[in-house]
Amino acid sequence: MSIPSATMAPITATPRKQPNRRNVELVLLAFAWALGVLGTLQVGWATGEGIATRLWVTAGVVGGMALAMHIVVRWKATYADPFILPVATLLTELGLVMIYRIDVAAAQRAALNGNPEPTPDVYSQLTWFTVAVILAISVLFLLRDHRTLQRYTYTFGLAGLVLLILPLAPFIGTTVNGATLWIRLGGFSFQPAEIAKILLTIFFAGYLVEKRDSLALVRSKFLGIGLPRLKDLGPILIAWLVSLAVLVFETDLGTSLLFFGLFVAMLYIATQRRSWLFLGGILFAAGAVAAYYLFGHVRLRVEVWLDPWQYADTSGYQIVQSLFGLANGGILGAGLGQGFPNLVPFANTDFIIAALGEELGVTGLIAMLLMYAILIERGLRTAVSVRDSFGQLLAAGLSITLALQLFVIVGGVTRLIPLTGLTTPFLSYGGSSLIANWIIVALLLRISDRARRPEVRTPSPDDAVTQVVRRV
Amino acid sequence: MSRPIRRIGFVLALLLIALLANVTYIQVVKAGDYRDRPGNQRVLLEEYSRERGPILVGPNPVARSKETGDTLKYLRVYSNGPLYAPVTGFYSLVYGATGLERTENRILTGRSSLFVVDRVAQLFAGRQPVGGAVSTTINARAQKAAMDGLAGKKGAVVAIEPATGRILVSVQSPSFDPNILSSHDPAAIRAYYEKLQADPAKPLLNRPIVSLNPPGSTFKIVTTAAALASGRFTPDSVLPGPASYQLPDSTKKIRNWNGKECGPNGLVTLRDALAISCNTAFAWLGNELGADALRTQAELMGFNHGFQIPLRAATSKFPDNPDAPQTAMSAIGQFDVRATALQMAMVGAAVGNNGVTMAPYLVQEVRGPDLAILQTTQPEQFQTAMSPANAAQLTEMMVNVVDNGTGSNARIPGVRVAGKTGTAQTGNDNPAVAWFVAFAPAQAPKVAVAVVVEDSGAPEISGNALAAPIARAVIEAVLQ
Repeated sequence: MSIPSATMAPITATPRKQPNRRNVELVLLAFAWALGVLGTLQVGWATGEGIATRLWVTAGVVGGMALAMHIVVRWKATYADPFILPVATLLTELGLVMIYRIDVAAAQRAALNGNPEPTPDVYSQLTWFTVAVILAISVLFLLRDHRTLQRYTYTFGLAGLVLLILPLAPFIGTTVNGATLWIRLGGFSFQPAEIAKILLTIFFAGYLVEKRDSLALVRSKFLGIGLPRLKDLGPILIAWLVSLAVLVFETDLGTSLLFFGLFVAMLYIATQRRSWLFLGGILFAAGAVAAYYLFGHVRLRVEVWLDPWQYADTSGYQIVQSLFGLANGGILGAGLGQGFPNLVPFANTDFIIAALGEELGVTGLIAMLLMYAILIERGLRTAVSVRDSFGQLLAAGLSITLALQLFVIVGGVTRLIPLTGLTTPFLSYGGSSLIANWIIVALLLRISDRARRPEVRTPSPDDAVTQVVRRV
Repeated sequence: MSRPIRRIGFVLALLLIALLANVTYIQVVKAGDYRDRPGNQRVLLEEYSRERGPILVGPNPVARSKETGDTLKYLRVYSNGPLYAPVTGFYSLVYGATGLERTENRILTGRSSLFVVDRVAQLFAGRQPVGGAVSTTINARAQKAAMDGLAGKKGAVVAIEPATGRILVSVQSPSFDPNILSSHDPAAIRAYYEKLQADPAKPLLNRPIVSLNPPGSTFKIVTTAAALASGRFTPDSVLPGPASYQLPDSTKKIRNWNGKECGPNGLVTLRDALAISCNTAFAWLGNELGADALRTQAELMGFNHGFQIPLRAATSKFPDNPDAPQTAMSAIGQFDVRATALQMAMVGAAVGNNGVTMAPYLVQEVRGPDLAILQTTQPEQFQTAMSPANAAQLTEMMVNVVDNGTGSNARIPGVRVAGKTGTAQTGNDNPAVAWFVAFAPAQAPKVAVAVVVEDSGAPEISGNALAAPIARAVIEAVLQ
C-alpha cells in the first residue's frame, strides 16, 4: 500500500491535519436513525397501531446507542472509517423495524383468535442491541491496538473451538428445529457459533501470519497449479474435519460452510497460492457429496431446493412461503405493515430477508444488499490499507465472514442455493448474532482507525524519522 | 497481501451480484407465476384486504364487499345468495372462488389491464387499488320467476335473448348460500361445504350450464330443422307414424308415449308429428336423414362445442358414430345425446333469431371503480343454423305445439309462444327428466327459455305439466 501523500510532506514540518471524517459519520448516523424512525412510524400507521410507545422507546434507544458509539469512536478511534458505523446502525434499525412489524402481526393474529398477546420481540432485541453496543464500546476502550489480539492467537483458537462444540455438551446444549447450535444457561440461550466465528477469525489471522511462509511453499505442480507440501496439509484438513463434525453432529450446514469457506479464503490471502482455493474446492465438493449421500437432512435440503413445490406443505413450506412473500413484494413492495410477512415461519430470524423483500420490494432488498456491499467493501478496504499482516488478515477475514454469511442465508431464503440456517447479520432477531456482528463492527473500526491514522502522532522530528524507517 | 484481498473482494462481488440477480428474477420475472400458484394464501389475503368490486344485476349489486374491521378487512356478501349462486359462484378463503367471482377475478380485484390508468393514479396517491364492477346480463324479475317455479323441484332454467345471446336467467334448484362459503370462519365454511358435497342432489353443481341430460323430445326441434334443411321435407310432408316403430337391425321397438298411432292409418304430417311429439315418425325421420345430417344441424346450434360464458359450460353432445337404431334414438333426443339447459335454450333462441345461433354471454359490461363503463360485450354470431325461411316455418310449427299440441301450459293470452315439450329417460331405473323449450313472442322473440326438471317421474306429459308453466312464468317476466 502506498503511503498517503498527505502524510509524506509534513514529516518534518507541522503535520497537516488528516480529515478524520467524524462529522460525515454523524450526519450519516442521523440519516440512518431518521430512516429507522420513519420505518417504525410507517408500520404504526399501516397496521393501525398508531404512534405506539414502542416508537419512542425504539427511537430513543437506537438514537442513544448510536450517539454513544459515535462519541466513543470520536474519542477512541478518531480516524476510523466513517461508513461502517452508520451502515451497521441502519441495518440493525431495519431489522428492528421488521421485528416490530412482525410483533404487530403476531399480536393482531392472537387478538383475532382470542389468545393473549405474545411477548413482543422488539424489546428484547433492543436490549440485545444495547448490550451489543456496550460490548462494542468496551472493545474500543480495551483494545487500543488490534495487534494485541495476535498475542493470544492460540487462546482464541482454543476458545473458538470449544464454543463451536459447546452445544454438544450435555445439559447445556439444546436442539432447536433440528439443529444443535444453542446452549442454555440459566434463563438465557445463546448461539456460541456466532462468537466462535470472531474468535476463529482472530485465530486464523494470527496462525496464518505465523505459518504463511511455509504454507506458501510449492512442492510440485499439477495442471499448472502449484501444490503445497504434504506435511503442510494438516491445517486445512483439520479445518475441514471440524467443519464436517459441525455438520454431522450439530446438523448445522450453514455454520459448517461458513467456517470452511472463511478458512480457505484466509489461507489463500495469506499465502497467495491459488492451489489452496483449488484444494479447498475439492475438499468442499468431496464433503458435500459425501454429506449428500450419508445424511438424510442434507439430502432433504437439496431435494427441497431443487423442487420446493413438491414439498410445499412439508419440508418446503418455509422456502415456498418465502418465495410467495417475495413475489408478493414485487418491484416496489407491499409497503411496511401492508404485506403478510408473518406467513413465513421464523419471519424475524432466518427469514427476515423474505419479510423485508415482501414489504420493501426488490427495490428495498437491492438497497439493503448494497448496504452490506458497502460494509464489506469498507472492511476489505481497511484490510488493504492497514500496514501489518495480522491486521490485514483479520480485517479481510471479518469482512469475509459477513459476506459469506450474507450469501449463505440470503441465497438460501431466495432459493439460489439450498437453505441452511444462519442468521442475517444485523437484521435477524437474536442476541448472539447481534452481539457478534457489533463486535465485528468494533474490530473493523479499530483496525480502520489504525489504517487511516496519520503516522505522525507527535510532531517530534525524531519520532517521524523512526516512523519512516519502520514503514520501509 | 492486497492482491489476493482484491481478488477475494472480486469473488465476493460476484456472489453479491448473483444475489441481486436472483432477487430481481424472483420478484420481477417470476412474481406473476408465484402469485398464481395454488396454495398461495397471500393473494387471497391481499384480495381480502382491499375492496372487491361488486357483481351487478341491473343497477343492484348481488355480490359486494362489506368492511369488517378485522384482519380480513372485507367480507363478501350476497344479497339473495341462492338465487344468483349459479351466476356469482362463491369467494372462499378455503375453497377458492367459483362462478363470476373466479372468471372475473382480475376485474373485481382491480388487477385487470383495463385499470392501468387508475392503477398508476392509485400508485401515486399511495392508495390501495379498488376493484372494478361486473354488470351481468341477468334479468332480475325473470330470474326470480324461474326460481319460484323451480321451488321444491330439482332442475335448472336458462333464458337467452335470441338476438344477442345475452343470458337473462340462470337458475338452479337446489342451490346454496354463497354467504356461508364466503364467510371468514374456516370451520363454518368447511362444515357447510362438506354438507353440500354430501347432498345427493348436488347443490354445488352449476346445473344450468354443467348438468348434462338427454334432451328427449325437445331435440325434435333439431331433427325438424335438419329435415327442413335437407330440402326433402316441408311441414306438410307426410311421415309414417305407427304406434310402434321397429328399429332397423334390431329387435327393439320405439313406441309412442300414449301407445297410439300418430294419425289416421299411421300417417302424420311433420307439423302434427312435432305438435303431438310423435316418436315413431321422428325415429323414422332420423334414419331417413342420417346421423351426419342430425349432427351437423346440432353442431350449428352449439352441440359438441365448449362455450365460455365466461364460466365454462359443459359440452353438449351428439354421438360420433351411431348405428341405425342408435341414430333413430338420437333423433328423439335419447341414446347418447346430452344437453345442458343452456344448450337447449340456444336451440330455441337460434330458431327464434331467424336461424342464427348467437354465442351466449353473462357479462354485459365491465365498469371501473367509479362505475364508468370500461368494456361492453359485443354480441357475437356463433353459426347460421337455419335459413330464415326454414326458421320461420319451424317457428310456426312450434307455435302450433303450444296452441294445439303438447305444450298447452305455455300459452299466454295475447302472446304467440313457440315451444316444445320433452321427457327423457336417463336409464332404465332412473326417473325421467322433463323439459320445455320455448321462445316468445314468436314473430320477434325477446326471450328463449329452456327448463329442465330432473327426477320428474311422470310420462311425456310431464314436460308440459312440470316444465312449461315455469317457462311461461319466465317469458311473462321478461315481457312484462
